[in-house]
Amino acid sequence: MKANFPGRAPGLLPRDAAGETWLAAVIAVLCFIACLACVGAVAADRAAHGWARQLRAEATVQVRPRVGETGLAAAGRAAETLSSVPGVSEAAVMDRKTAEDLLRPWLGEAVLPDLPLPFLVTVRLDPKAPASTVVLSRALAEAGLDASVDDHALWRGEVERSAGLITALSLAGFLLIACAAAAAIVYATRAGLQAQRGVIETLSLSGATEGYIAGLFQTRFGLLAAGAGASGAVAAALLIAALRALGGPGGLTTALPLAWGDILLLSPCPLLAGTVALVAARIAAQTTLAKGALGGRRSRR
Amino acid sequence: MPAPSRRAAAAESAPETVRLTGVGFGYADSPEVLRDVNLILPRGSFHFLTGPSGAGKSSLLRLLTLAERPTEGRIGLFGRDVTDINRSAAPALRRRMGVVFQDFRLLDHLDLFENAALPLRLAGRKRAEYAPDVEEMLRWVGLGGRMDARPPSLSGGEKQRLAIARAVMTKPELIIADEPTGSVDKAMADKLLNLFQTLNKLGATVLIASHDEALAEQSGARRLRLDRGRLTGGL
Repeated sequence: MKANFPGRAPGLLPRDAAGETWLAAVIAVLCFIACLACVGAVAADRAAHGWARQLRAEATVQVRPRVGETGLAAAGRAAETLSSVPGVSEAAVMDRKTAEDLLRPWLGEAVLPDLPLPFLVTVRLDPKAPASTVVLSRALAEAGLDASVDDHALWRGEVERSAGLITALSLAGFLLIACAAAAAIVYATRAGLQAQRGVIETLSLSGATEGYIAGLFQTRFGLLAAGAGASGAVAAALLIAALRALGGPGGLTTALPLAWGDILLLSPCPLLAGTVALVAARIAAQTTLAKGALGGRRSRR
Repeated sequence: MPAPSRRAAAAESAPETVRLTGVGFGYADSPEVLRDVNLILPRGSFHFLTGPSGAGKSSLLRLLTLAERPTEGRIGLFGRDVTDINRSAAPALRRRMGVVFQDFRLLDHLDLFENAALPLRLAGRKRAEYAPDVEEMLRWVGLGGRMDARPPSLSGGEKQRLAIARAVMTKPELIIADEPTGSVDKAMADKLLNLFQTLNKLGATVLIASHDEALAEQSGARRLRLDRGRLTGGL
């Protein structure tokens, strides 16, 4: 007697119809790389925006002392003047030691004591309503100071351009990986259709439509890719969690500051992988069936 | 409910299930397998198609199951010209047929029950509805005790009986069988012939390709002979 009646009918395609174990492994690895690319893009973007924000919140003023006035006195007067300008949180003279500390990595120790350094004032701007370069320059001129204001616009532009480029490259990498996964699925679907030619012909001659047969492959590969995508995402999540735990909020490197929330970005991976596989398998199956690989198309006319 | 179209009504009342007119067929870059075949199978008729190996019997059956298309001539099924039929229309016509393949075409990964139930499942029938019919049919062909077995564990005769059970499960209008008794003993061959005759009496058109002249003789059915691609007795 039928043991499983009236249970669920088994699948009409044989298990592992097209080397699916290997395909699942390939998709899982691709998804793992795609997840890392995605989080990498987000982290790089976060780092670049952090740097740009920092640069936007500061300005540097170079003061040229007038005749009869020392550089430090002129810088002190400039700092005092700027402190009272609306939109400035703090203005302070950069002492020689701080300036030497900044230059030491570039010039080395030997030349620093004899090097004539500019007199600089570091200005921290109010992040809510920062004073503009024009306002700062006007205030300095009104105080009779010969000074030039650098709002780091040049650096900020470079950083923002670099961040945009890194994000675009990461996105392109992500899309390439998605295409690679789709190509692997198309190949596997075609291989499956060829390997299961006899089964498909039997189904076809028993009344199955091409859409129904394509649907069998679509479901098979969609579920397989969703599972493989979940595996890849979980592996990537574990790696990111480990890096976050080891590196703290700043990450292992300041160029890639990771956040716990980044792991949530990986949650759509199974759905995306499943959808890509679903579409790729459907198109591959319908194209193969339409080309008449299953007979019925041989005609000399 | 809309009135049936004139074409549909004509197809419904067509006196013949199969009509082949001047049909020729050959596989690419090979000599013609069938030449100028003319054949009419009236609705409810019973025919045996005989002929030596390589005469083109299987090719003719493949044309009738729409697995191949003719290189010459026209094919009509159920009162409709299907020579240039759209691919999407073929499955509906195939569901009106039951086909027994010479090589059985069983699905080795499914058990006997699922193999026999395949056409019903593809027709969208519910498992709970068809399960008793499938079990009864499998019992009838002597496979009732092995419903959970898989085809590779069956003998040739058992596979043949399963293939026949699957072909007739939907009570098709046209039954096409390629050597359906080739692997069974005389007693089972008689029993299967009896099954085809019963289905024929119920209205099905039956075409059996066989090299078993004795069985054809015993059936009392009209005989068609195919020799080197040419058919005699078709009209």
